[in-house]
Amino acid sequence: MDFGFNADQEMLRATARKFLENECTSEVVRARMAEDAGFTPEFWTKLAEQGWLGLVYPEQYGGAGLGFVDLTVLMEEMGRAVMPGPFFSTLLGGLVILETGSDAQKKEWLTKVSEGQARVTLAWTEPNARWDAAGVTTTAKASGGGFTLSGTKLFVPDAHVAQALVVVARTRESGKPEDGISLFLVPVGAKGLSVKLLPTMDQTRKLCEVKLDDVAVPSSALLGTKDGGWAPLARVIERATVALCAEMCGGAQKVLDMTTEYAKIRVAFGKPIGSYQGVKHKAADMLVDVENAKSLTYYAAWAVDENVPEAALAASMAKAYTSDAFRKVSGAGIQLHGGIGFTWEHDLHLYFKRAKSSEATFGDATFHRERVAELINL
Amino acid sequence: MDFTLTPEQEALRRRVRTWLTANIPDDWKKFGLSEVPRPEAYEFLRKWQKTLFDAGFIGLTWPKESGGQGLTFVEEMVVHEEMALQKAPPVLNILGVGMAGPTIIAYGSEEQKKRYPAKILSCEEIWCQGYSEPNSGSDLASLQTRAVKDGEYWVINGQKVWTSLAHIADWMMLLARTDPAAPKHKGITYFLLDMKSPGVTVKPLKQITGDAEFNEVFFDNVRVHERQILGGVNNGWAVGLTTLMYERLALGFGLQVRLRITLEALVDMARRMEKHGRAMTKDPVMRQKLATLWIDTEALKYTGARAVTKLLRGELPGPEASAGKMSWVDTHQRLQELAMELQGPYAMLARGADVAVDSGVWQYSFLRSRANSIEGGTTEIQKNIIGERVLGLPKG
Repeated sequence: MDFGFNADQEMLRATARKFLENECTSEVVRARMAEDAGFTPEFWTKLAEQGWLGLVYPEQYGGAGLGFVDLTVLMEEMGRAVMPGPFFSTLLGGLVILETGSDAQKKEWLTKVSEGQARVTLAWTEPNARWDAAGVTTTAKASGGGFTLSGTKLFVPDAHVAQALVVVARTRESGKPEDGISLFLVPVGAKGLSVKLLPTMDQTRKLCEVKLDDVAVPSSALLGTKDGGWAPLARVIERATVALCAEMCGGAQKVLDMTTEYAKIRVAFGKPIGSYQGVKHKAADMLVDVENAKSLTYYAAWAVDENVPEAALAASMAKAYTSDAFRKVSGAGIQLHGGIGFTWEHDLHLYFKRAKSSEATFGDATFHRERVAELINL
Repeated sequence: MDFTLTPEQEALRRRVRTWLTANIPDDWKKFGLSEVPRPEAYEFLRKWQKTLFDAGFIGLTWPKESGGQGLTFVEEMVVHEEMALQKAPPVLNILGVGMAGPTIIAYGSEEQKKRYPAKILSCEEIWCQGYSEPNSGSDLASLQTRAVKDGEYWVINGQKVWTSLAHIADWMMLLARTDPAAPKHKGITYFLLDMKSPGVTVKPLKQITGDAEFNEVFFDNVRVHERQILGGVNNGWAVGLTTLMYERLALGFGLQVRLRITLEALVDMARRMEKHGRAMTKDPVMRQKLATLWIDTEALKYTGARAVTKLLRGELPGPEASAGKMSWVDTHQRLQELAMELQGPYAMLARGADVAVDSGVWQYSFLRSRANSIEGGTTEIQKNIIGERVLGLPKG
């Protein structure tokens, strides 16, 4: 048993931290927030050159062939830098293709994704805001040897800068919501497909509404088997949830670091505020939240990587805990900084907002606690 | 990162599982489920610990010459996990196993290492901890119990308090002031005190639960030979802190395991309790609360596993170990509060009422859990330690 990172992973962490400290400063983050795209082509090329866009894809598809524990390290560092841009959304699209694509689809798309030539996002959730299979009401009807897609997707990350979308649609009505769901790879230029960028509270995360108005796709657009899309999608979401948790842990750790440093130098009543127990104890609570969130997240990363039977439970435990932890820690960070923490100028609000948007992504703590309750047979 | 075990460790797991199935006595259940051994279970638990010792399932990380198995913390975790799964009875001599033994192995003379540890594991000799005093709790280094040198002997006078198990203990880890002129941390010595020495008086202290598991211990000219000093004269603070570090590490496993056992019992009780005609486990609010406890208990396990990994790699555990005790306290107290909430008006009944839920065991453990955030360093002191030693914040 070894519950720690190996030397290669520690090296990846050091490399990522240095890279992001140079390339993803507060000024860079703020500039990208203010723009629609959320990233620059130069930055994207650099991510590709580091091998991070294809980190978890096999080498035969242009990836680095690493695992989810390695991805955890990278995501933690990206969360620490509150990195904007379509990295996570492209991971979602790529993972679906990896999970369901034919060899030709994987070869084409994962290579392009890894090289930074294409971005693919996931168009799954809808205005009904459900995370379960019953929430998928967009339809795909067989017609003329292909399919016609109709419906509205909401909360689609970075669709405005993607070359293609993985669209989750219902190909067959059946008694069980999980049956009859299919996945389609749809180019954004397809006729009848419109993308609208929505203002977001966390400006480092760009979300879109995607409307599909009788969008015709050929049968070759189908990813995996017709009607059998839910199981692979659920597996991808489980993995992506763990990756998101890692990003949240990185952000929470950064808030704790910022707050600790501030408490050492900010003087009130003649002493550094960190010497007062009212501050010190809150900082200790933050540390406990961060450490426990990491423990559950690291375990979940190993569990999904090894595909152990407990993986779904581990992922939900991690998301439930980390959702609360990041929100609490980033809120406490603002509180301990006092007025300066409430300003636009200070970076804390970037983390506070990221905590909220991450909490609401793939189900919040309440949602995942109910899943835990189901999985432990309550 | 790898959670798989070696074939030898898997074999150990199977061996422990088979052994526990065959050896946990049926009459254990009659003592009810409790975090802390009740007085009526002492004799049973003495025998149980001896059985564990004879089978080699206690003291796994201790050296063989000290009665242990010379294995790593991974094997220790495997055994603890299996005990949790099988709802095994707790270890009675927990202060000896968790604190005295490891400290003696770390600081003891060859003679001391030969004399004490094996009898701790076998439960032949029970240990208690003489740290806290009426005027020295969180500020432990201010302790006033005096030891004055008289030839080869030291003469002890003073008082300890909140001393768990002193009424059945054979030995005490005693901190006493040997140099009142020195700065407070530098004039303390760690003694291994025979509780049968003349001048030692133990008075039971009735607690919130009505039980007297704690005691006051008085020393009236108690003579202790200098060979009973552990780690050198005036070095007691360093030795005592080592004990506390082991307490957090080694007891940490035990605590997590007991927590898991209690949690399973809570879930089992929740299935039997009803609210508006349906099981509590089907109530959406209660499901949230139970799931929260489940997640927090698992977090404790993995935070512990990260600390163990550091130990195995030859590093000292950092934030992981410090976070453990605080999380445990918080989780366990919430668990006990939920146990009461689930019972509705039945929460008001106690042992002796024939309609009390689970014979009133939860009422006892609910009350007992209030001590968790005080004993072994209050939560406030733990937060100071985390703030200052882990986060590097300035002292107040």
